[in-house]
Amino acid sequence: MLAKRIIPCLDVDNGRVVKGIRFVSLTDAGDPVEQGKRYDAEGADELTFLDITASSDKRDIVTDLVRRVADEVFIPFTVGGGLRSVEDIRAILRAGADKITLNTAAIENPRLISDCAETFGSQCIVVAIDARRRVGGTGWEVFTHGGRRAVGMDALEWTMRAEKLGAGEILLTSMDCDGTRDGYDIELTRAVSDAVRIPVIASGGAGKVEHFYDALVEGGASAVLAASLFHFGELSIGDVKNYVRSRGVDVR
Amino acid sequence: MSRVAIIDYGVGNLRSVEKAFAATGCEAVISADESLLRNAERLVLPGVGAFASCMKALRERGFDSLVQARAAAGTPLLGICVGMQMLFEVSDEFGTTDGLGLLRGRVRRFENDLVVPQVGWNRIRQRQQHGLFAGVEDGSFCYFVHSFYCEPEGADLVVGETDYGVRYASVVARDNICGVQFHPEKSQHVGLRMLKNFCAS
Repeated sequence: MLAKRIIPCLDVDNGRVVKGIRFVSLTDAGDPVEQGKRYDAEGADELTFLDITASSDKRDIVTDLVRRVADEVFIPFTVGGGLRSVEDIRAILRAGADKITLNTAAIENPRLISDCAETFGSQCIVVAIDARRRVGGTGWEVFTHGGRRAVGMDALEWTMRAEKLGAGEILLTSMDCDGTRDGYDIELTRAVSDAVRIPVIASGGAGKVEHFYDALVEGGASAVLAASLFHFGELSIGDVKNYVRSRGVDVR
Repeated sequence: MSRVAIIDYGVGNLRSVEKAFAATGCEAVISADESLLRNAERLVLPGVGAFASCMKALRERGFDSLVQARAAAGTPLLGICVGMQMLFEVSDEFGTTDGLGLLRGRVRRFENDLVVPQVGWNRIRQRQQHGLFAGVEDGSFCYFVHSFYCEPEGADLVVGETDYGVRYASVVARDNICGVQFHPEKSQHVGLRMLKNFCAS
């Protein structure tokens, strides 16, 4: 059966890593290729690059980055951030990415999910959902703009709709937990995992090895994603894998 | 003469495959040039997407008969993903479509409760000793993306198996012909080692 996946996330701005792993041995810590290779060697099951470049006329920088990563990193990798059209996505996949993530663009135009799934196959379409617990109520709401803007959609409903439209995977970030290091939102992860058949990647809140286990087992996630924890070198991919493996989780 | 030619018939991104060979120290070229493909020492048949559209694209370029002729002449041939599936006689994808018929058996869709396509890392259980497995531990993980799987006629073709609700052939081989259902170019050191082994076969 499929192994549970541990996925490091690298934030990229103008083709340079701004949040990735801090390895003193790297000659160029801002180089996405070097960082990707390092995570690959550490045992990462996939890489996720989140492009936070503000200006949208710099698409060619991202495409070039994707090509350079694809040439030297021999594990699957996902690229997200600012992709708005089938043509944007075609360029990224052609350059060698295995999957892309859609977030705001899919909320504004849900048909983009089905257009992409029909054109490229569901297996490469990841829908990223940023969710926040409703104040004083039940359930979670979908947010954009780093958790600042509510879009008036229920997270579970949006997840199920995304699956129907052809999403191959859900990247689920808890805006309540993100950055806290207190652990993933297990209740949210479980609710979303139970609502769909496609894999759910839990994101936001990882602080120690136990948190990864909880998201995978209690939360029912297929994969766990973390950025800053790996970035600051507090935990390695190997540490996480050894721990969850010791508790009976099948990892590569 | 090129050592390895990756057959370019207009389907998918072949660059990762080329770079993966290069990373193992093996010279590989992506080519749609008939004379190059006729003379290459080894052939790689890649494939992504739908079986029927891959076969159609291969036929339109006349590469179906080229691959059949070279395989019959003993040229080492490696099919990857849908490229492996095309080695077989027929596929059930959208009706039935004939494959290259180099290996006996058919291609079927996963019919269980699991999510299709299978996307992710799964284990290869080695059922036979084979050159592709040199230096590869039994039970190693490789990276898969597929909805259909090969059902060879005869257990002798099955050299590696994977479990996804059903136990199916993930590595097949007969003489100079072999195929892998996973993506070796995305399967880190295990995949690279198998590509290197193919070059040494």
